[in-house]
Amino acid sequence: MSAATKKAKKGAPAAKSAAEKKVARIEHPGLLDVRDLKAYFRLSAGWVKAVDGISFTLEPGESLGLAGESGCGKTTAATALIKLLPENGRIVSGEVLFDGINLAKRTEFGMSKIRWKEISMIFQGAMNALNPVKEVGDQIIEPIRLHDNIGEKAALARAKELFELVGINPKRIGEYPHQMSGGMRQRAMIAMALACNPRLVIGDEPTTALDVMVQAQILELIEKLREELHLSFILISHDLSVMAETCDKGVIMYAGKVVEQGSVEQIFNNAEHPYTKRLIKSFPNIHEKREMVSSIPGDPPNLLYPPSGCNFSPRCERCFEPCTSIEPQLTEIEPGHFVSCHLFGVPDQATQDAASADVAATDADLAAALEAEAQ
Amino acid sequence: MSSTETPPADAPTAAAPSGKTGRVCPEDLQKAQTNGSLFDLQDLQVHFPIQQGFFKSMVATQKRYVHALDGIDLQIARGEILALVGESGCGKTTLGRTLLRLEKSTGGTALYKGLPLNKFSEKALREYRKKAQIIFQDPYNAINPKQTIFDIVAEPLLVNQMVHSEKEKEARVIKALEESGLRPARDYLFRYPHELSGGQRQRVCIAGAVVLGPDLIVADEPVASLDVSIRNDILKLMVVQKETLGVTYIFITHDLSLAWVISDRIAVMYLGKIVEIGETEEVVKNPRHPYTKALISVIPVPDPTKKRERIILKGETPNPIDLPTGCRFHPRCPECMDICKEQTPRDIHLGGNHYAACLRLP
Repeated sequence: MSAATKKAKKGAPAAKSAAEKKVARIEHPGLLDVRDLKAYFRLSAGWVKAVDGISFTLEPGESLGLAGESGCGKTTAATALIKLLPENGRIVSGEVLFDGINLAKRTEFGMSKIRWKEISMIFQGAMNALNPVKEVGDQIIEPIRLHDNIGEKAALARAKELFELVGINPKRIGEYPHQMSGGMRQRAMIAMALACNPRLVIGDEPTTALDVMVQAQILELIEKLREELHLSFILISHDLSVMAETCDKGVIMYAGKVVEQGSVEQIFNNAEHPYTKRLIKSFPNIHEKREMVSSIPGDPPNLLYPPSGCNFSPRCERCFEPCTSIEPQLTEIEPGHFVSCHLFGVPDQATQDAASADVAATDADLAAALEAEAQ
Repeated sequence: MSSTETPPADAPTAAAPSGKTGRVCPEDLQKAQTNGSLFDLQDLQVHFPIQQGFFKSMVATQKRYVHALDGIDLQIARGEILALVGESGCGKTTLGRTLLRLEKSTGGTALYKGLPLNKFSEKALREYRKKAQIIFQDPYNAINPKQTIFDIVAEPLLVNQMVHSEKEKEARVIKALEESGLRPARDYLFRYPHELSGGQRQRVCIAGAVVLGPDLIVADEPVASLDVSIRNDILKLMVVQKETLGVTYIFITHDLSLAWVISDRIAVMYLGKIVEIGETEEVVKNPRHPYTKALISVIPVPDPTKKRERIILKGETPNPIDLPTGCRFHPRCPECMDICKEQTPRDIHLGGNHYAACLRLP
C-alpha cells in the first residue's frame, strides 16, 4: 500500500496542483472553521479517540485558546489541523475549512503548500524543535526559500528583518541554537513561524518551559505581533491563566472532548461545566484570598476504555443518574457559550439515538479499516 | 571525642566541634541543640571554578568563578515552609543543595543546629543524610521503574541500617506511605511505578523522604511536572506534613503563585543573593524590591477582566561569572538610580520579618 501511495505522490504533483486550482471555494464563516473534527490513534489494542468532535470558528486577527490537562487531546487537535499527525493517527471525520479549502481532505502535497505559508506552528520546547547542528539563520531561510521564490541573499535579508521583529540582534543570525538562551531560542522559533507571512499561527505551549519573566516577554511579543500583522492565533496551553490573558475565545477539553467553549469572559467569569470550574479554581490567584484549593480527585480516564456516558462522570462531584449512561451533547446556554453537561438538559431520545447511531457507524468503519489493514 | 557544651540558642557562632581534627562527629549531631533555628547561614558563598584548558590556565591572570551563591544571610526555623523563588540561574537550587551538603560552601558559615556543615566527618554526614532529604522535580525519572513501591520506600532504611527486622521495615514503609497520602498503603506496596499516576509517583518520592524521619526536606520544583488538577494535593501534603511531622520544607519554585499558597516565608533570589525575604502575605501584597514587584506583576491571573499593569523586565539574568557592579539588579531595574551602579545595597529591615536589599528603601 505504501509503495502505491509513494508512486502516486511522485507522479502526480503537476497534474494535482492544476486540479486543485479548479476546486471550488467552500463558503464558511471566518478564516478557519473546524467542524466536528475527529482524530483517532490506532494502537494494537484498538482506537484511541484522542480528539472526538471539536468545532470552532476563528476570525482573522482573533486568538483562540485550547486548554486542558495533559492527555486531553489539545496537541492532537492542533496537529490534526495541519495534518501532522503521527503515522498511526488519522482524521476520522470532520472538516477543517481554511479560507475556502477543506484541509482534512487535502493531499500531502497540497498540505505542503499550506504549511508554513498559510498556517505555521510554534512548537513546545524550542530546545528540541531547532536543529542543533544548523545555524539558526539557515533554519529560518529554509521555509522562505521553499515557499517564496527568492534568492539566498533576499531570504537572508528577510531573516534579519524577522530577527529584528522578534527582538533579537540581527548580528546573531549565524549562531547555533546552543549559543542562545531559552528565551532567545523561543524568539527564534517565533521568527521562523512568521517567516512566510502566515495568516494563522498555532502556538503549542510556547511558553511552558520558560521562566516567568521570559514567559511574560514572549507573551507580550506574541500579542504585539498579532496586532501588527493581524494574525490569527491558536494557543495551546495547560495554563488557563495564560489563556485568560492572551485569548479572545477559549475551548476547554477533557479526555478528547470539548466540555466548554465560549469567549474567555464567559469561560472565566461564568464557567458552568463542573470540570472547568474546578480547573479554574486550581490556579492560585494572588489577587484574591489566600486559600488552599483541593485538587480534582481521581485521574483522567484511559481513552482506550473510556467510561460510559460523560467522560468526566467518575471524577465529577455533581454526577447524577444520566451522566454514567448517556453522553452529553454541547448545548448553547447563552449566545456563543457552549457547555457539554447534563446539568443543562439531558438530550431527548431522538438525539441520543442519532448520536449513538453515528458513533456505531464510525466504530464499524474503524473496525473495517483495521481489518483491511491487517490483511 | 570529648563532649561539647551546647551553645546558647540564639548564638550564631559555631559550636566547637569535638573531633580530633575539629570535625563534627555523629555524637555531636545527636547532642546538637534542639532549640533555636534549624539553619543559620551567614554570608554563605558557593563559587564554582570555571574549568579552563591547559593553555588558558597558564596564560590567564586569575581564575574565574561562577558565583552561584554570593553572600546569603538566612535563618531557617524548625517546622516552617520557606519558599525560594527566582528565575533559573538565580542560585535557588544551589542553596537547597548546600543545605543538604551536596555542595560545599566556599565562604561564609552554614550552621545546622549550631554545627558547621562544612566540617562534618564522613560518619556525621551519613547521620546527617537521615535528617535532610530531597524531593526532585520529575517523579517519572526519580524512582527506579524496576523496583516495587515497597522496595523504593524501604531502600533508604536499608542503606542507613535503620531497621533490624522485616516486620519493622514493613511497618515503617506503611507508615511513610500513609503519611504521604497513599491510603490504604497495602494496596500500593507491591505495585510498580508505571502503574501509578504522576501525582501518586510524587507521593512515593515524598514517602521515600519522610520514611527516615527527617528534619528538613528540600523540595526542588516538586509540582512543576504535574498536572494542575493534582498539583494542589501535593502542595497540601507538604503543609500537612509540616504540621503533623514538624518537617521543615524548603520549597524551591520559579512560580511565586505556588509559593504564595503554601509557604510561611518567601525568599526572592536574584543572581546568588536574596533580594527580599519576609512573611508570604507581606512579600506578595506589599513587595518592596523592584525585582519582586516585577515578578509579581507578571504572574498570569485566571481572570480576563483584570487587566493590570505588567512590569516586564528587559533581557535575561546576566551571567553569574562577571557580576554587575554595585547592585547586581541595576542593569535590568526599572527604578535604577546612578548610585545603584556603584553602591551595593544592604538588607533593609522593613518591620516584622520583612527585609529587602534596595538602595531606594529608607
